[in-house]
Amino acid sequence: MSAEAHATTLGMDHRKLAMWTFLGSEFLFFGAFVSAYLLYLDTTAGGPGVEIFDIPFTSVSSFVLLMSSLTMVLAHSAHSRGDLRRMRLWVLATAGQGMVFLGGQVFEFTVFYREGLELGGSPFASSFFVLTGFHGIHVFVGILLLLSLYTLSLTGKIKPNQDLKTEMIGLYWHFVDIIWVIIFTVVYLIPEIAVLD
Amino acid sequence: MSSTEVEHKGYSGRPRAQSGFTAWLTTTDHKKIGIMYFFTVLVFFFLGGAESGLIRAQLAQAEQSLLTEEIYNQVFTMHGITMVFLVVMPLSAAFFNYLIPLMIGARDVAFPRLNAFSYWVYLFGGIFLYTSFFLGGAPNGSWVGYAPLSLDSVSNMAYYAVGLQILGVSSLAAAVNFIVTILNMRAPGMTFMRMPVFIWMALVTNFLLLFALPIIAVALFMLHADAVLGAQFFNPATGGDPILWQHLFWLFGHPEVYIMILPAMGIVSEILPVGSRKPLFGYAAVVFAGAAIGFIGFGVWAHHMFTSAIGPVARSAFALSTMFIAVPTGIKIFNWVFTMWGGKLRFTTPMLFSIGFISMFTIGGLSGVTHAIVPHNAQQHDTYYVVAHFHYVLFGGALFGLIAGIYFWFPKVTGKMMSEKLGKMHFWTWLLGFNLTFGPMHMSGLLGQPRRTAVLPGELGSTVELYNLLSSLGFVVLFFSALVFLYNLITSIKSGEASGDDPWDARTLEWLTPSPTPFHNFDVIPTVTHRDEFWHRKYAEDESGRAIPVPAGASEDHDEAGAHDEHIHMPDPSYWPLVQTLGFFPLGYGLVYLNWWLIGIGITWLVVGMYGWIIEPVAEGDDDDPVDDQHDATAPTAAAH
Repeated sequence: MSAEAHATTLGMDHRKLAMWTFLGSEFLFFGAFVSAYLLYLDTTAGGPGVEIFDIPFTSVSSFVLLMSSLTMVLAHSAHSRGDLRRMRLWVLATAGQGMVFLGGQVFEFTVFYREGLELGGSPFASSFFVLTGFHGIHVFVGILLLLSLYTLSLTGKIKPNQDLKTEMIGLYWHFVDIIWVIIFTVVYLIPEIAVLD
Repeated sequence: MSSTEVEHKGYSGRPRAQSGFTAWLTTTDHKKIGIMYFFTVLVFFFLGGAESGLIRAQLAQAEQSLLTEEIYNQVFTMHGITMVFLVVMPLSAAFFNYLIPLMIGARDVAFPRLNAFSYWVYLFGGIFLYTSFFLGGAPNGSWVGYAPLSLDSVSNMAYYAVGLQILGVSSLAAAVNFIVTILNMRAPGMTFMRMPVFIWMALVTNFLLLFALPIIAVALFMLHADAVLGAQFFNPATGGDPILWQHLFWLFGHPEVYIMILPAMGIVSEILPVGSRKPLFGYAAVVFAGAAIGFIGFGVWAHHMFTSAIGPVARSAFALSTMFIAVPTGIKIFNWVFTMWGGKLRFTTPMLFSIGFISMFTIGGLSGVTHAIVPHNAQQHDTYYVVAHFHYVLFGGALFGLIAGIYFWFPKVTGKMMSEKLGKMHFWTWLLGFNLTFGPMHMSGLLGQPRRTAVLPGELGSTVELYNLLSSLGFVVLFFSALVFLYNLITSIKSGEASGDDPWDARTLEWLTPSPTPFHNFDVIPTVTHRDEFWHRKYAEDESGRAIPVPAGASEDHDEAGAHDEHIHMPDPSYWPLVQTLGFFPLGYGLVYLNWWLIGIGITWLVVGMYGWIIEPVAEGDDDDPVDDQHDATAPTAAAH
């Protein structure tokens, strides 16, 4: 029975498989936005271009976001050991780092806006704001998920043996981080280096 | 784990009704949801049909002015959107819902509440789009919505951008659900190469949806940002590239074509073997051809753009890939023909529609290959020749196949037969009306009649006028044919002849259960040992390979009817999918009119609905049971989310 059963399922929990499937779709979503951004890299309509980016500042906020993946792993690890107290601690730490990143993004957007980079200014500005904005929305959703995880673990809805829930939110969070690695490299670093040359 | 004792733990938080109006509003049963999809599609089909009637009335003669140009543009745009997003795609979803769990031997889909969510989002998305008629006019920039043209302030395309986005949410949720169901919930013994071809095509279709929908979502977000927030994605004045929309739209749009045709191909691949009393010819070839169509389908999109500025290299490459994709399609057509070859054909209505599908789809496929030839394409681009082509594949193809499926599985759903006499009348009038409507368009298109033009120019001459009159007459035939179908459907539901459990002598698992399907689908989850499992339970082969019936009751896990009934746990109904999806209305209108209050209300509503969904009590106890429980025939708890 078990050998037969193995051939008719992937052996992964439905919910986890669903999350993987959904994230597969999300890659195409960001892929299309990044392509549009690359298409419009030089289409600045006389407004500011990639030279506006503050690489040291964004590096720091990127570093914070990447470190949040570490605390996410620690949260899942604690949950899989049944240690809800530590899990909550690391979940809050992850959400906190996410908020720091978001705060950095809001600050960055404000600075760019003051320097003349507006959504309606040029195709370059539109594609930059919409791409990074959608990433920010994903981070925000991730923070909501983490805070829900925290709250529901307090009310007892999420139990020590249900580390799958932390794992799934972790999958989503790591995905959002990976997308940021791509965005930081392709959107910020490479064009900036190309401009400096 | 035995679930008898936890089944009614006394939770009052969830609705219980199994019949009546509340049961439909709160259902999470894949069969009920499939039926709701079907009837909703029926309504939208007649709306879309009425719109096509207006188009044909306007074009029946040259220089007519029944409709203003403004109304005409809205009507043909909504006809396209309706037929693509509100008829063909959800009708396929109706079949996916009803049939996937039954054909793979499961009791429901992987996420029953998400399944209900998909349905309600589809319904509300459709209603949302249609309310635009009363709120300043429907979208009028064609279903392809080319930006920057569609950014024009008179083009009402905000409803298009937001409405399709909402429908996309529905399809994406359904795609995730069906993929997980097919990959994870097959009955013991049902390996990939024992799955019915319909299941294979459903899997490929849902992967196409999964990867194509995010791309149209991006295009629609850009269009919306341009139209409402003043972004500059498509504005040539600041350097925006009009070709960008075309690339994004067709990178979604061409897989979309296969999203619409593959389910019909799957249906026909199930009906032809039954109607020919032969196994499907070349099962593996049909399956791999379907998968190949899925892959190559992502590499042909620019053949919609041969007259745009994409350069000779791209034109050559896409011309080649477009011709190449005809190969797996051709493989399928030959396999269907060889399935019938030498079979004991029974020309029942589903069979007739299947054969109609093959013939009409072949014509559409052949005119499709002519589009791959770039110079030829430049001549016929944006003429009625193209309209003829895609109606031959979508109406003659997808819709014929889906209607074949309606006649074929009607007895499964209702336990009654549809009238064969009326069914045949429907088929022949449908075939006649279809060819009368769309056949002449090949000619009028080659003679230069442009698409999407409100008035048929008189200078095209009397030949083109005659072809258009024939097309309009064809619509009248189709209209009466559709009424015959509707009458047949209603009278058969009311007082159709009883069908018995297996009226067609069918081959696949869904016919193993009684008809109409009981709530819990299978008394005992069947163990699968063959492709066409049900057939092999009914027939063995003698020495010369002829099929001889197996005595009744010989199959081991069929005739324990009712014995396990009380132990089977089914997913609970829920209000939350319906309640949550209502939040798409404030969100949608807020996005169209850029009202931040409405947007805020909509988002809050959706989030609160999500919480209601999460903290809703689960009657079967804890929801983190081990995943392999689903194969335990007495406790399929893994289907509970």
